[in-house]
Amino acid sequence: MTVSSTESPTQRPPLADPFPEGSVAAVEQAADGHTVLTVDRSHLLDVLRRLREKPELACDLLADVCGVDYPDREQRFDVVYHLGSLEHGHRFRVKVPLGEDDPVVPSAVGIWKAADWFEREAFDMFGIRFQGHPDLRRILTHEAFHGHPLRKDYDPSQRWLLTEKDTMAPRWATEDQPDDEHMDTVVLNLGPSHPATHGTLRTVVRLDGEHIVKAECEIGYLHRCFEKMSETHGWQQVIPYTDRLNYCSSMINGVGFALTVEKMLGIEAPPRAQVVRVILSELSRIMDHAVCLGANLVDLGALTNFWYFFQIREEIYGLLEKCAGGRLTVSYARIGGLAHDVPADFEDEVRKLLDSIPKFLDDVETLVTTNRIFRDRTEGVGVISGEEALAWGWTGPCLRASGIPYDVRKAHPYMGYENYDFEVPVATTGDTYARYLVRMEEMRQSLRIVRQALDNLPDGPVITDDHHVALPPKEKVYTEMESLIWHFKLIFEGIPVPAGEAYGFTEGANGELGYYVVSDGGGKPHRIKVRPPCFAIYQAFPKILEGLMIPDAIAILGSLNIIAGELDR
Amino acid sequence: MWVDLIVTVIKVLVVSTVLLTGVPIMVWVERRGSAMIQDRLGPNRVGPMGLLQPVVDAVKLMTKEDLTPEGVTGTNRFLYLLAPAIALVVAVSTFIVVPFGYDPGLELFGHAIGGFVVAPDLDLGILYLFAVGSLGVYALVLAGWGSNNKYSLLGGIRASAQMISYELAMVISVVGVLMVTGSFSLDDVVLHQAGTWFGFIPKWNVIPQLIGAITFMVAVFAETNRLPFDMVEAEAELVVGYHTEYSSMRFASFFMAEYINMITASSLIVVLFFGGWTLPGIATPGGWLGALATIGIFAAKVAFFLWFFVWVRWTLPRFRFDQLMALGWKWMIPLAVLNFLWVGVAMALGYL
Repeated sequence: MTVSSTESPTQRPPLADPFPEGSVAAVEQAADGHTVLTVDRSHLLDVLRRLREKPELACDLLADVCGVDYPDREQRFDVVYHLGSLEHGHRFRVKVPLGEDDPVVPSAVGIWKAADWFEREAFDMFGIRFQGHPDLRRILTHEAFHGHPLRKDYDPSQRWLLTEKDTMAPRWATEDQPDDEHMDTVVLNLGPSHPATHGTLRTVVRLDGEHIVKAECEIGYLHRCFEKMSETHGWQQVIPYTDRLNYCSSMINGVGFALTVEKMLGIEAPPRAQVVRVILSELSRIMDHAVCLGANLVDLGALTNFWYFFQIREEIYGLLEKCAGGRLTVSYARIGGLAHDVPADFEDEVRKLLDSIPKFLDDVETLVTTNRIFRDRTEGVGVISGEEALAWGWTGPCLRASGIPYDVRKAHPYMGYENYDFEVPVATTGDTYARYLVRMEEMRQSLRIVRQALDNLPDGPVITDDHHVALPPKEKVYTEMESLIWHFKLIFEGIPVPAGEAYGFTEGANGELGYYVVSDGGGKPHRIKVRPPCFAIYQAFPKILEGLMIPDAIAILGSLNIIAGELDR
Repeated sequence: MWVDLIVTVIKVLVVSTVLLTGVPIMVWVERRGSAMIQDRLGPNRVGPMGLLQPVVDAVKLMTKEDLTPEGVTGTNRFLYLLAPAIALVVAVSTFIVVPFGYDPGLELFGHAIGGFVVAPDLDLGILYLFAVGSLGVYALVLAGWGSNNKYSLLGGIRASAQMISYELAMVISVVGVLMVTGSFSLDDVVLHQAGTWFGFIPKWNVIPQLIGAITFMVAVFAETNRLPFDMVEAEAELVVGYHTEYSSMRFASFFMAEYINMITASSLIVVLFFGGWTLPGIATPGGWLGALATIGIFAAKVAFFLWFFVWVRWTLPRFRFDQLMALGWKWMIPLAVLNFLWVGVAMALGYL
């Protein structure tokens, strides 16, 4: 394997020793553009705080916290933090090795609020304890679950009896309120089965009249062990699972994963595949925004817009079906390119879409954007400031609605996004209305990208000819000895991804969609960690809710676009 | 005496049949109409153009299991069962004072039919209507209470607050009409609107009392719990509010009551502000043919407003509850008062 040619143009951070002597055990530049710091846990908080606060580092985004299990190592676990600086554009990966008998690290919640749920997940999955975490409970698995499923020695065939008795109810929900003498407050479950919780989300709220006094979210109802399953499947076989993360825009997930593995392999998809990926990803983004806004508007009582948006979605599904065969879960991306070429009438079909989609957007715009009722319902509702949103780890349209123009496609271009002319829409108010406006404009910008991509759609193959990665054509397998061997080796041994790790991040429909992939050189991933954008977004939801009303909660929830498939994995 | 009774029974039968047939027709209109607005087809499989769909729906509802939620016992169970009955009874009984055609002194079996209205001798028609109509809120509150469900209870609470607020605006906006007419009888209200100004502008109350007409229309939207005022149901917020726990015909009772209320509300809009069964040039025609013509005119006007209900529902988003109350108290009531002040001043100056 050659050295990565797909190395992202991420800037190298200044490492003129901002850390005190001896606190960082090792510094290394990884091929995926990250500066990797290995830190002992006694220095961890100090290093993290410096990374956040030093102006030349200014890592204001905590993208991800996760655990990795290396059963053969003496210090068995790694806790891995992925940090980014929006200002400087550089990226850090901080690794803390831990032994099995004492897997404790100090919690980073005091530095980034975003650490809250990510640390709970690492605790749930690996049993790593975060000292000082305000509420270290299981998050994705059931309260009565035993063991930590992502440890390599966890036996997946075990079964636990999970009863309703142990179902999570926040402590405050069962306590009597001291001021309840005259008017009882009421504890209400919004979800997991509620018309406005698309997917299965649960928010427990304490109501005073219709005002929400306190709220807490419970997730994990749709947890289906994506990460655990990935460890037992070949690299290409993971792609169908990625479709089920954010199922409203499955193409983007598959492409993001393929890009990350390509980065590790040091290969690049052929130009035609890249452009088709861009076109389908952007159309998927439109679809995702259409579903989000459509559902949001239904919750506000405006059902008609939902149908206008779903017409867009339906037409894009038609195109995806022609290309990939599937509609919702396309499984079209492959490591090294695409599953097969697009149909002959691809260009005409996309041009038809380019003509038809703006009409529906205009219809909705006319009905809703200046509608007094809609604006009263959404303006000033669910406001979050830019700094606050970033501290919670928000990315994507929700962050841009709060005034921070962070878009991975601009900040760290991939798949040739730097060659397209498009704007990143930004709103400043950070409320539900701003999120609506940003998504509406993003759909139009995506159309611009699709138009440019279509004008420059090159000919050629759609999958790499590196047969370590991609199967040779069938007729060659039947006629050439060498191709038969490649075929045999790929099927039986899998793709030989070199040992190592990479964090690949793309702009998903909800924000930064990251894949942290660890390979041990075998035909299967050693560990895949997904950084789902709405995981970070949803953890701020209860804080936004306090003091608002039930109808506001519904309006905000819709505008955050929480997709349970991606949230719970 | 006997003939009298028979005539009344016939009227009751005809009116209730028309009302109850109106419900499935409205359901069909709503479903096909919303489909038209939303670029869909709507139900089109059962019967020509899906016209038999409501029949199938009715069969489905009748044959469904009737469930009572766990924990609804004793008095609560009684209230739970009573609520849909109240809803339906109130909905049907408000319509009896609505005059739906002109009676030039027609006779049936040698006996005067006494006007195209079920209860012709009720001079306090409009008062009766408001009095009985406001009982409808009991159905929603009791359903919300009796269901033993927090969402239903919230819906019931919203219902009571909303009804009280909008009832006020509704009644005040009608005062202007009553002042001009000088009578509580809806027949008189309609006859007062016969004729034209300058020979071509119909003397409908909506023209001098536009504000009153608008406030009245908004208030009846709120009274019938239709979008944008469907706080009480608010599917996405309260699941469906007060009737979450109802199934089978008990649910259907609420459903029918909503549509009958819509028909009554549209009839009221027509009677109070849009000239009832009159058109410029047609006010008091004679004979059975003339009577049928007035009924037809009335039906056409009502049909328009029913469509208007559907049209608004599928166009506007829903209010938030506090915004709805703010609108009611800060805008609707002052505007309604303004309307009746204007009518008073105009009458004193001799314009009306």
